[in-house]
Amino acid sequence: MEMGEKTVIVLHSGDMDKVYSALIIGNGALAMGMEASIYFTFWGLMRLKKGELEKGPLSKMNMLGLGRWMVKKRMDKANVASLERLMSDFKELGGKIIACEMTMEIMGIKKEELRTEWVDEWGAVGTYIQEARDANVTLFI
Amino acid sequence: MAEMEIDVRGQTCPVPLVECRKAFKKASPGDIVIVKGTHPASKKEIPMACKAMGLEVLEIEDKEGGKEWEIKIRR
Repeated sequence: MEMGEKTVIVLHSGDMDKVYSALIIGNGALAMGMEASIYFTFWGLMRLKKGELEKGPLSKMNMLGLGRWMVKKRMDKANVASLERLMSDFKELGGKIIACEMTMEIMGIKKEELRTEWVDEWGAVGTYIQEARDANVTLFI
Repeated sequence: MAEMEIDVRGQTCPVPLVECRKAFKKASPGDIVIVKGTHPASKKEIPMACKAMGLEVLEIEDKEGGKEWEIKIRR
């Protein structure tokens, strides 16, 4: 099977719906035979904290969590996979997770607070550029 | 040559595609992978993925009056 094509995603947002976008696109890329990596930075990095992956608010109409609750209910009804499941699929298919070290410094986050078993690389902008320079698809979410 | 069946009926985006990819990773070249599903977009996207990875789609069949589909692929 052909390999070599690559999708690189920067996940800047920690909003639930946007984390879904990143993991769905990442899984889609892997499933279509591409390599994929997601660079978690800023609010996105918060979702790598232990127990926080599913905890993001809705990007619009969150309404103190009411909008989020309603969307989540509809997602459950449509049988949409959980973010935990999508992350585990992403890792199983060889997806790469990069965590932003500058965000950790700014937010005062230590490695042990994060799900380190998911993280393949710790890096900064150079790591993203190096990943993206030979990528066919790159997105900022 | 082995035959592998995956059932993704009731599953939605991106699970059918992801489960196919997992099956292709487990299967050996020449093995037959049969995918059963209901998600409409996956019926055309699984063959797209197969084409991109150079795998041969042998058959795409509608079942249960069009509510289900079955795709047969040679790994």
